[in-house]
Amino acid sequence: MTQLADGDWHRLHPATPLLKGGIAFIAILGVVIANLRERLIEVFVPGLECPEEFCTDDPISIILDRYLILALLATVGVLVLIIALFWLSWRMHTFRITDEVVEVRSGVIFRSHRKARLDRVQGINVSRPLFARIFGAAKLELSTAGSDANVELSYLTGANADGLRAEILRRASGIRAGAAAAAVETLPGEGQGEGGADALPADAARAGLGDVARQRFAEFTAPELDPDLAPPQSVVTMSAGRLIGSTLLSTTMIFFVITIAVMVIIMTTTDAGSWVFFALIPTVFGFGSYLVNRVLKSLRYSIASTPDGVRVGYGLLSTTNDTLPPGRIHAVQVTQDLLWRPADWWMVSINLASHSATQGSSAAQQKTTILPVGSRADVLKVLELVLPELVTDETRLLIEGGLTRSLPEDGYTTTPRRAAVLRWFSWRRNGFLLHPDAVILRKGAIWRTLTVVPTARTQSVAAHQGPLERLLGVAHVRVHTVAGPVTAEIGAIDVTDASALFRDTASAGVAAIGADRSHRWGAG
Amino acid sequence: MTDDAAPGPQPQTTSEQTTAAVQPSADETTSTSRLDPVPGEWRRVSSKYIVVDLVSTLVWGVVMTFASSLPAWLLDWGIWWWALPVAVGAIMLATIILTPRRVRSIGYRLRDDDLLFRRGIMFQRFVAVPFGRMQLVDITRGPLARAVGLAELKLVTAAAATGVVIPGLPLEEAEELRDHLVALAETRRAGL
Repeated sequence: MTQLADGDWHRLHPATPLLKGGIAFIAILGVVIANLRERLIEVFVPGLECPEEFCTDDPISIILDRYLILALLATVGVLVLIIALFWLSWRMHTFRITDEVVEVRSGVIFRSHRKARLDRVQGINVSRPLFARIFGAAKLELSTAGSDANVELSYLTGANADGLRAEILRRASGIRAGAAAAAVETLPGEGQGEGGADALPADAARAGLGDVARQRFAEFTAPELDPDLAPPQSVVTMSAGRLIGSTLLSTTMIFFVITIAVMVIIMTTTDAGSWVFFALIPTVFGFGSYLVNRVLKSLRYSIASTPDGVRVGYGLLSTTNDTLPPGRIHAVQVTQDLLWRPADWWMVSINLASHSATQGSSAAQQKTTILPVGSRADVLKVLELVLPELVTDETRLLIEGGLTRSLPEDGYTTTPRRAAVLRWFSWRRNGFLLHPDAVILRKGAIWRTLTVVPTARTQSVAAHQGPLERLLGVAHVRVHTVAGPVTAEIGAIDVTDASALFRDTASAGVAAIGADRSHRWGAG
Repeated sequence: MTDDAAPGPQPQTTSEQTTAAVQPSADETTSTSRLDPVPGEWRRVSSKYIVVDLVSTLVWGVVMTFASSLPAWLLDWGIWWWALPVAVGAIMLATIILTPRRVRSIGYRLRDDDLLFRRGIMFQRFVAVPFGRMQLVDITRGPLARAVGLAELKLVTAAAATGVVIPGLPLEEAEELRDHLVALAETRRAGL
């Protein structure tokens, strides 16, 4: 068992302040070096003197000549103060993991104390930003439901973070200690991980510089996912060609190409050319960085099933991986861009109860996009991972039916012909299917969508009807889930069918609440 | 605790609905195309709420009509700008006239495992909230509602879209309902 989870207060990695302020530190260093370039050259190449009047008028020369002692004292004073503050904040930042809760205390002047119940964990994220990764450190983030309700442990050593995640998940799952010992023996991968966590810091301290470098290199080149942790047949990975192809064929890309084309046409045909040119450059740069980001982040993508839930890993330089315990995924949506259809590529996004307010929208989007692009086989595999109780051999056909065009005997209840005026192109496809474990909604002829909401996660259900819908004898039904990119709503459904969907979803939800044990997924 | 046992106007054929689309004014056809997923008796809110709703709609209507007449009033842009306050006033008047019907359309019902809520005549809305999903039950009272002894009950789930607010409940009934719902939610406690 990891020492860090023994119920006592522990401190974070001593280099935490450096890692947190890492980029700022490098930037300041860069500015200083750029400004002292002449002097540095002079120091290292003594023969190359700077022009006489430049050196004497240089403020640094003046300080060095007249106020040397004062300047040194001031520098030392500021440095000591900064180091003392960092040291103090590091000392005051402690955490504790007991059988029931995770607690973090931080802050020097404004103290904060955050406590999260382990059985309320919605997901655990271990991320290694590039700078921290060079130092072998990792950030562990425990998400609970709600916005900005995450408990963050940054930074820990990489092995500690992995060991701690396994330990927290084991405790959250509700497996009691006795059963857990047996479980660790049967799972050699996790056992090794935890043993390594104990031994590693001491080893690293004793090892020479060469060993440390070799170890870092090994960590850098190690596969994103420990092969012992998940059986290879349950892993979906990303191929570079498909990722680049899908990015080039995405709606954003087409929008960008049209924008550029319009700008170029304006530039060549009118007098406003130079102004448009200045607008063009930031557009190109912004979009270029979007493309590079998307490709870099998704390149080493992997999704796999572990005993404690789905594990999604991302990132080439800065790596991130999320573990989502069973029953933490509130809705799933499979979508297809128009130009992806010939290649049969799909994207899968999910709704989660936790929202990270600090990481910004791009991180949130990444977290909710569980499969950036994949073939139909990949989509089915991912659905099987995120909804294991739903996707079985019998329902596989129903779900495949949701991805293709409408067939007469596919089990979906669709829009009646008289309401085709509300769904011009998609009325044949627009429909729903109620399975005891999930509501499946199929929408869209041009942008195809399939939404799956597990009934164990529905919060409430609503049926609506407006005047136009009443005229056509149809209604729309909305299944409420936690907020996210997926909205489970189906419109233009016959009143009788909509009423049945409303009633059945409500009763299926009630039944599923009674049967749901996923908040302690390992117990019993 | 009436359950959905009543047969209601559920069974219907496609031909009936096609006629509904053609002549919606006929009484028996509108009843078939009208949404009523759970036929049965609803518990209505207090009729005193009509007064509360009327007064607040009236105040809003006067303010809105006055505000929309400001351009015509202050700027000399022509007679046509008076059409704006006239239109706003007409909409507000229609809202006021329909208020009693709108209040009568608000209803709720406690079933064995969930709470049903309905409202709206033009735009109908039916919501079912399982007791196990309730995170919070809130009672709020505005100055007008307090004057006539009414309160508003709000149910909060983890989904923001649930949006169930039962207005116009007598205070004792609201408090009783709140305690009942909290007790029920406690016995059916589940994860998110």
